[in-house]
Amino acid sequence: MNKTMKNAMKTPAGSLTETVVEAQIGRSLWDDAWARLKANKAAMASCVALFIISIACFLGPVLSPHGFDTVYRNYVKVPASLTAYPRNEAVEPAMVKALKRARLSIESFTIEGDQITAKVSSRREIRERSSQYVDRSDLFKNAKLKDLADDKLTGTLVAEIDRKHFYFGTDANGRDLMTRTLIAGRVSLVIGLLASSVALLIGVTYGSLSGYFGGRVDLVMMRVVDVLYSLPFIFFVILLVVFFGRNFILMFIAVGAVEWLDMARIVRGQTLSIKRQEYVLAAEAMGVGTGGILKRHIIPNTLGPVVIFVTLLVPKVILLESFLSFLGLGVQEPMTSWGVLISEGARNLQGASWMLIFPSIFLTTTLFALNFIGDGLRDALDPKDR
Amino acid sequence: MLRYVLKRLLTAIPTLFLIVTISFFLIRVAPGGPFDLERPLEAKVMENLNKIYQLDKSLWEQYVIYMGNVLKGDLGPSFFFRDFTVGDLFRQGLPISIEIGGYALLLALIFGGALGILAALKQNRAPDYSVMTVATMGITIPNFVVAPVLTLIFGVALGWLPVGGWNNGAWPNKILPIITLALPQVAIVARLTRGSMIEALRSHHIRTARANGLPSWMVVVVHALRGALLPVVSYAGPAAAALLTGSVVIETIYGIPGVGRYFVQAALNRDYTLVMGTVIVIAVFIMIFNLIVDLLYAWLDPRVRYD
Repeated sequence: MNKTMKNAMKTPAGSLTETVVEAQIGRSLWDDAWARLKANKAAMASCVALFIISIACFLGPVLSPHGFDTVYRNYVKVPASLTAYPRNEAVEPAMVKALKRARLSIESFTIEGDQITAKVSSRREIRERSSQYVDRSDLFKNAKLKDLADDKLTGTLVAEIDRKHFYFGTDANGRDLMTRTLIAGRVSLVIGLLASSVALLIGVTYGSLSGYFGGRVDLVMMRVVDVLYSLPFIFFVILLVVFFGRNFILMFIAVGAVEWLDMARIVRGQTLSIKRQEYVLAAEAMGVGTGGILKRHIIPNTLGPVVIFVTLLVPKVILLESFLSFLGLGVQEPMTSWGVLISEGARNLQGASWMLIFPSIFLTTTLFALNFIGDGLRDALDPKDR
Repeated sequence: MLRYVLKRLLTAIPTLFLIVTISFFLIRVAPGGPFDLERPLEAKVMENLNKIYQLDKSLWEQYVIYMGNVLKGDLGPSFFFRDFTVGDLFRQGLPISIEIGGYALLLALIFGGALGILAALKQNRAPDYSVMTVATMGITIPNFVVAPVLTLIFGVALGWLPVGGWNNGAWPNKILPIITLALPQVAIVARLTRGSMIEALRSHHIRTARANGLPSWMVVVVHALRGALLPVVSYAGPAAAALLTGSVVIETIYGIPGVGRYFVQAALNRDYTLVMGTVIVIAVFIMIFNLIVDLLYAWLDPRVRYD
């Protein structure tokens, strides 16, 4: 069709070609669907939310000052807060404790901004190396011993307070929860996408082949799906964990390989009706091969329901991963995922509620967004219900 | 109809046979065995254990023996819970799981259905939006988040209900597990009912019923609901099978002695017989409920015929 258009434009009859070109600009079903989707506020808001979460999860851990596996032993289970740690009242006890390790006692103690000056004394000779004991605490940095007296029994210690922000608090091991939530999101999102694309690939191929060939082939292929369907799903997953335990990427490729059953059924149903359409008949009459018909005519036309199903499959897989992690079968420490964080949070709910709240907000927002997008796509592609 | 039921039950036998066979070999292929401990047992002890549990025979012999026993109704001894047979474990746990799951299913159908109808009747108005928001929340918030939060509110903060345990099935102990189990199902049923109800309310026979001057409650309950129930019924079948065979998360969090926990535990402990028992029980439940769904379908929709 494009070719005829170009040919028409080359002809000198200018006025005629213009009308032809104008007639060509129609609104395809996809344009219509896109317009309907854009009008759906919940779906668009969900797209934005999902975009923000994905960007945060992929860039956040890189930009964050804390490593996702960095342990701050002085900040175990500190609550979420916008102001920096340490709190001023916590500085002096921490200093006393650190100096006690160095066998120094404090004579006087002043804080000016981030600068600490402390006069210290000891019964033995003070060595400059002792300032390391202060640096070892997560609260201080750049500690130095200066102005040692001649007998080396008194001196001045200067150090800076190492201000750190824990916007989401820290977990039971003293790791920054924000960085962990973001890195967990990366894991969960990658797993969701990976498993869904594997399911998509297998399901679409299997379903379209089964539907297109029909007859006995279809019967056998669908019987296989039925048998796999009645096998308890969690049994499969646990076996996969047993086989691929250490490697979660491999495991989720395998989970995707289990999740394709619904997809295959949907695509098969669609294919059964599509293959009776005139354009498929025409393609067959023109001698297009089976592969060509499937690729060019059948699969593109099944995409509507498939796209909807995939947007609903991604949250399902993320939830499944969380469920496995909750059972202790998923991602292993120090790597983490939303499911792992939530199950830790659920254990520490009393006294450290932020450990449950923040990962749950991220997980539910993502699932919400994906569900709304899925619903929006369904309404956009299948406007019958509106 | 009796003939149809019989035919369905007969065709279920080969499927069940296939399922049992596949899972038997799958779990055996998995690395590790039921008696592998962190510190390996002495060779002689291991040999004796293998002899007692007939693990020293070839896989085929074991398969034939196992299938023979299953046909006699004997699911074998549990490898992990010594002194218990798999049958004993199910006799103790299954009624508890069925009770919790049954109530949850009932709640889901009643509340989910009612909310769905409400949302459909007030489509695109405030009640619809609020029901759908709550329903989406019910689907997206995982039950292992809901469970601790509910426990904290009702068990710890308010102190109205026990935080866990079974206590021989006392009512206060059942409430939280049933609610937690039912919430996502309520949400899904509400969504399904709303969708199909909207479609049903637009169909010709409803317009005719309204035109004939039937009272609106009758139009909704008698005429629209019947058709709208079809997708709910086809969802409720597999869902019922899943609910009645117990939930790992709920049973672990609330400490309920049902059968839901066995599956994960057994597979991880390579408790071969218990895994197989669970697979068989779940498969039988799925098949029974699929049959019930098909029968209900034909009863609800006269266009459906058994062939």
